[in-house]
Amino acid sequence: MDYFPLVLSLEVAIAATAISLTIALLVAWALSFLEFRGKDLLDAAISLPLVLPPTVLGYYLLIVLGRESWLGRVWESLTGSPLVFTPKAAVIAAVVHSAPLLTKYLRAAIESVDPIYIKAARSLGLPEWTIYLRVVLPLCQRAIAASAVLAFARSLGDFGVTIMIAGNIPGKTQTLSVAIYDAVESGNASLARTLVLIVSAIGLLVVWLANRMNPPQALRS
Amino acid sequence: MLEVRLQKRFAPAGDAAGFELNAQFQVGAGTTVLFGPSGSGKSLTLDLIAGFSKPDGGRILLNDRLLVDVGTGVFLPPQQRGCGYLFQRHALFPHMSLRENLAFAATSLPKLERHRKVTQLLESFRLTEIAGRKPNEVSGGQRQRCSIARALVVEPAVLLLDEPSTGLDTTLRHEFYEILARLRDEFAVPVLLVTHDLEEAFILADQMHVLIDGRVAQSGSPREILNQPASAGVANLLGLFNLLPAEIKQLDPGANRSKLKWNDVDLEGPYYPARLLGDRVTVCVRRDEIAVTPKMGKAEKGSLVLTLEAASETARTALLHFAGGLIVELPLEEFAENRHHREWTLRFPTSSLRIL
Repeated sequence: MDYFPLVLSLEVAIAATAISLTIALLVAWALSFLEFRGKDLLDAAISLPLVLPPTVLGYYLLIVLGRESWLGRVWESLTGSPLVFTPKAAVIAAVVHSAPLLTKYLRAAIESVDPIYIKAARSLGLPEWTIYLRVVLPLCQRAIAASAVLAFARSLGDFGVTIMIAGNIPGKTQTLSVAIYDAVESGNASLARTLVLIVSAIGLLVVWLANRMNPPQALRS
Repeated sequence: MLEVRLQKRFAPAGDAAGFELNAQFQVGAGTTVLFGPSGSGKSLTLDLIAGFSKPDGGRILLNDRLLVDVGTGVFLPPQQRGCGYLFQRHALFPHMSLRENLAFAATSLPKLERHRKVTQLLESFRLTEIAGRKPNEVSGGQRQRCSIARALVVEPAVLLLDEPSTGLDTTLRHEFYEILARLRDEFAVPVLLVTHDLEEAFILADQMHVLIDGRVAQSGSPREILNQPASAGVANLLGLFNLLPAEIKQLDPGANRSKLKWNDVDLEGPYYPARLLGDRVTVCVRRDEIAVTPKMGKAEKGSLVLTLEAASETARTALLHFAGGLIVELPLEEFAENRHHREWTLRFPTSSLRIL
């Protein structure tokens, strides 16, 4: 059996989770703690990938990142290779798939921190960033960890966007979900079954982990 | 010196009634108590001073530094105000040890200075032995001392305390009062304390502002306020007075005397300047200033005989409820001897009859 799709999927999911977590921590902070014009718009924009069909998202990304696009050309001139239909595109697809949900989870997590601690820190003259990093995040670290684990599972499972912008190139961009589709299409039932079982096992493990990460009582408000 | 003039309005929403805060007062050295019933805007006022909420109008000056001026759009963030804030639930960061809580507050200080200061405050508040423990591993009193020490790390220009002794037992409460005295004498921090506990206000306040429905109804020392409540609202809030609707029947400035009529009963009061015959007034009499004895034999002239309708006992005194809604406070042992009497003789000392 070819383990490439499994290895690629895990690599893509790890990278995508790290990127999503960074984006989500920043956006959730802005949405929860800052007052600025266009906040509602940012909130809506970050939720958009949750409601749009993956093919639509993939189409947008192809337009923005494709070889003919401005961004795509800049990337190609800098790195010498295109962005679309590479493993990097699979990471972008997974980020688009997981970051919106992760942002929602994180926002709920940091807003569950008792505001009294934030008030106390502010009255002690501590800067907002310090408060976020050293009070808010540590107080909801288990919720963040649980959210990150779920985001990892979600990154692992993207199909629609991946096939649109990373394609289905065996040995290069073929992730687990795409490989399952490919196996079913080509009538390779036993391979499809094996891959499905692997994905299900990982999913089950991840949900079990996330459930174990409920924040301890002492940190609850 | 903290000078506060604040307005904030809340429109009625759903089943919540509207509310308007319109308060003006000053906080000098020592302890100033903001006293009022729940819902009078005490905690809101504290939040507005600390910068947790934005007022609709007014300004706040702290030692001649402008914290808020709605007119010119000045609104300093809480970080720049120099107001220490003590929360009812202490708000120690649960993931840090007591020492870390203090050191974190001192982040802006150079390392050596920070260490010196934290060590000194831990020592001063008897926390050195337990400094390595987390807040949930120490007692309520220790948590409270730690939260005060933490607030002092940054040397606030004023300390704001929101109902700090609610939920404390008597021992802890008195320990806390001792710390407050130290804040005044040793650390020389002006304190603004919010409470709805009258006894606490009397123990702590050098100066007291009574807040009713978002307005300062009276300011003064607790003793002054008790001796002459400014309005029926204040008198009712203090809960120590009888308010009797009466009419002025006679005024005699020469003899410093007046006659009042309440429920067909004649009362004799001092002369009331700037009042006229026939004025309808509210007479305010403190419950413990009315002399009351069981009626023996024939009632003497000028005294009032009333039937005791009910009596309730507190830790030290008995409250006697008479016909007409009059309540008289009596030391418990005095009442215990005479509890079987139905008819009692009441006398109102002339000076006890204040007019609102």
